[in-house]
Amino acid sequence: MKQTSPTASVPGEPAKPGTHGVGDRIFSGLAIGSGVFILALLAGVAIFLLIEAWPAITASSDEIPGGDGLVSYIAPLAFGTVLAATLAIILAVPMAVAVALFISHFAPRRVADTLSYLVDLLAAIPSIIYGLWGIAVLGPALVPLTEWLADNLGFIPFFEGPASTTGRTMLVAGVVLAVMILPIVSAVAREVFTQTPRGLQESALALGATRWEMIRMVVLPFGKSAVVAGSMLGLGRALGETMAVTIILSVSGGVTFNLISSDNPSTIAANIALDFPESSGLDINVLIASGLVLFAITLAVNMLARAVIERQKLDES
Amino acid sequence: MTAAAADPVPAKNGPTVRTTGVAKRIDVADLNIYYGAFLAVKDVTMRIQPNKVTALIGSSGCGKSTFLRSLNRMHELIPGASVEGSVLLDGRDIYSPSMDPVSVRRQIGMVFQSPNPFPTMSVYDNTAAGLKLNSKRMKRDQMDAIVEKALRGAHLWDEVKDRLDKPGSGLSGGQQQRLCIARATAVEPDVLLMDEPCSALDPIATLAIEDLIEELKQKFTIVIVTHNMQQAARASDITGFFNIGQSGDPGILIELDETDKIFSNPAHKETEDYVSGRFG
Amino acid sequence: MNPDPLIPFPEVGEADNLPESGPTDNRIPTWGPWVVVAGTAAVLGGLLALTAFNLALLIFGTVIISIFGIYLWARLIEGRRQAFDRAVTLGVTSLFALAMIPLVSLLYTVVSKGLSRIDAEFFTSSMRNVIGEGGGILHAAIGTFIITGLATLASVPVGIMAAVYLHEYGKGKLKRALTFFVDVMTGIPSIVAGLFAFALFAIFFGPGIRMGVMGSVALCVLMIPIVVRSTEEMLRIVPDGLREASYALGVSKWRTVAKVVLPTAMAGIVTGVMLAVARIIGETAPLLITTGAFSSVNLNPFSGRMDNLPVFTYNQYKNPGVPPEPYIDRAWAAALVLIAIVMVLFLVARFISRRYGTELRR
Ligand SMILES: Nc1ncnc2c1ncn2[C@@H]1O[C@H](COP(=O)(O)OP(=O)(O)OP(=O)(O)O)[C@@H](O)[C@H]1O
Ligand SMILES: [Mg+2]
Repeated sequence: MKQTSPTASVPGEPAKPGTHGVGDRIFSGLAIGSGVFILALLAGVAIFLLIEAWPAITASSDEIPGGDGLVSYIAPLAFGTVLAATLAIILAVPMAVAVALFISHFAPRRVADTLSYLVDLLAAIPSIIYGLWGIAVLGPALVPLTEWLADNLGFIPFFEGPASTTGRTMLVAGVVLAVMILPIVSAVAREVFTQTPRGLQESALALGATRWEMIRMVVLPFGKSAVVAGSMLGLGRALGETMAVTIILSVSGGVTFNLISSDNPSTIAANIALDFPESSGLDINVLIASGLVLFAITLAVNMLARAVIERQKLDES
Repeated sequence: MTAAAADPVPAKNGPTVRTTGVAKRIDVADLNIYYGAFLAVKDVTMRIQPNKVTALIGSSGCGKSTFLRSLNRMHELIPGASVEGSVLLDGRDIYSPSMDPVSVRRQIGMVFQSPNPFPTMSVYDNTAAGLKLNSKRMKRDQMDAIVEKALRGAHLWDEVKDRLDKPGSGLSGGQQQRLCIARATAVEPDVLLMDEPCSALDPIATLAIEDLIEELKQKFTIVIVTHNMQQAARASDITGFFNIGQSGDPGILIELDETDKIFSNPAHKETEDYVSGRFG
Repeated sequence: MNPDPLIPFPEVGEADNLPESGPTDNRIPTWGPWVVVAGTAAVLGGLLALTAFNLALLIFGTVIISIFGIYLWARLIEGRRQAFDRAVTLGVTSLFALAMIPLVSLLYTVVSKGLSRIDAEFFTSSMRNVIGEGGGILHAAIGTFIITGLATLASVPVGIMAAVYLHEYGKGKLKRALTFFVDVMTGIPSIVAGLFAFALFAIFFGPGIRMGVMGSVALCVLMIPIVVRSTEEMLRIVPDGLREASYALGVSKWRTVAKVVLPTAMAGIVTGVMLAVARIIGETAPLLITTGAFSSVNLNPFSGRMDNLPVFTYNQYKNPGVPPEPYIDRAWAAALVLIAIVMVLFLVARFISRRYGTELRR
């Protein structure tokens, strides 16, 4: 049964002009709505944190714990946060590049996939379990090393000592953070390493370069900005990581570069996790204010990382 | 392979063969087709006759696909793409503002270069996809009848009747393409557009589809883009030749005529060069 | 031979002086490096056993000495550049192995310490009226199930529809903004998400409020961007030909997306959701400050504290009673359960995606 009406030509079906128009509008409305909702959610995070932090921001300085005002309360925490994250990134990036290179260029093709699953698995393990492992296994295991460092390299401020006998040190926290962010950095690097144009790589090998020379001349320059971007994503994660640090670090609160003693600055995130459950009144607002600072720091780092990735995409096209 | 050139194609069914009268005519007037600011096809005016096979030939990049896709408003799905001029389906402008592009596509079906059955659907569901995706409610046996008819029409029924519930992507390339034709005909469009439907197929499967086209024209108006001269000569009644000046210039319709005439005695030198160049 | 002479070769200056020696038959056999490593390990192990055995020192020393060893050996018979290449190969391989040590050690530790409390009581009882030994994770497991389930129920539709917007509908400023901020959102620290959920509810219910659903809200902030990213990735591999085929059948856009595109991408989307659940199910920090801890089963996420596996693990470890052993044991056992859940989710998701991935790429 054919109809002359342009709106339907399917047998057994009368023309229903515009019904799909309504469906289309509802569906695309839902899609746009979800997008807008996400933007609103992100804005909400900033706004609600600000509202709840406001009493702390406007409070007089002697009401803040420590009695010296909000800035002097948060500053040592921010220092600890940056110290731990920096340590983690310094340890993680070379490892991550090696791991990425191993999977993309050294490991046999057949096992490369499985190996990258194993690396991804590192990222899937809950941070609290890293914390437990850090305090139960890694900390004690590193005690001989830290003692040796304190004895022999004690003139360097980082290893001033006295070495902690429990291993609850900034160094151990940094190593655990490094393990946690390694998969993030290596995933970004690996992706770009594997995308290095075959032609470039083969022409290098054809000129008689060894594998390492080829990697140094072609792959590493090609993947440089990916490593930078991945490192910044990892840095963002390390800055905000909470539970591993909360469990591992024994905190005294001061500002020190000493990585191996049992007197450590806390981090913003760990401080919140430790104090929040027992806090009330203005203390809660103070903790939220510190969270707002953490939010701002990580936001800035992440936005920078995304900008680097975007620029690199533009360069490629 | 040169035999077909030397030997003019026997005359196809003459104008008297208009059988069912449900197929529709398309009148294209002054059609300009753009990708953004780039004019890809310029100033096409042509009539596409009902119950005939119209073949479009021409060198690569001259805008055949672009033109074809503008006949059922698929062109405008590409971001920035636009069209000027008119395309009348039995006198009604498919580009008029009151016309719904979705219903235009329901009347003017399309078969693509590479077979693209829906990978999540069985052979049966693929054939009935046009109905099912539009949530037509109908009785199971009515649906069965439509599916069987479409698959028989696509010369596929005997090969797949025992595995209707198997995934459509499990068929061979030629079978998949016939499945796609069955899918397009199951919704009973008035016009069927085919963009190089055989280019991914071997010669046997190609011949099977050409036979099918010959039969389908009893019910549909067919427009087919092809790079294969023999195919145009064998399977079409009317042939249109597109050409392009230099790269960057828009493609234009050089000549449209009875297929015999285009291949034996074209009016334009360019057409003759192209046709004979390919053959000789 | 150069496969593509048109591609410019970088740093020609270096390339010019590459070949320092012609092709040679003198090569270290493929088993060479293994022998070097094994030999070094054996000798060093023997030496250490005579003094004070230390596994870390053995591994570390073996790596360093073998790298020098293989370098010297290759230097003698293969030349300088090959020797350096071999040293780098062994170095990179060792670094990879080093990166895997934490994974192995961690899994081993959790299993060996957690196994002692994996018994029937552990899964069938809560901590209600338990002091010292005994008790279990029933209440915490139920809490995790409810909290994570609610977060998933809310995040999945929003995440999928936002991805549909980004890939199927989006254009212009909104699309760019959303892409950017979803990326940024993946970097929000989990504790900040928890603070947000707390702040949101505290404004309406006062600062003492603790509820299961607050935890779900916090987890949503973490989960939504993951779902958006993975779904978008999956929509990207759905071939455009399928969309066109559907349009050409006279199917409207929304039906095309809902009935062709999404089903085609479904296996991949499910994989992404499972990975997202695996990511958030172990989140501790946001729940610590939103759901609170509780020793009994609470089935109502909208009223009162609700315990869950990560917070349970933390509290058993951090605030043990006297003697502490039963508490520590429970912490490790709960960690084992948590890691088992994560691993199962992770491996099943990988398995689906591998099978599915080859199917679409065909
Ligand atoms: N999506 C697009 N965006 C911009 N320009 C396009 C697009 N598709 C095609 N074009 C341009 O339009 C012109 C016509 O292309 P079209 O695909 O219609 O050629 P064709 O005749 O079908 O070629 P072929 O025989 O190779 O299929 C070409 O110049 C092409 O570059
Ligand atoms: Mg074409």
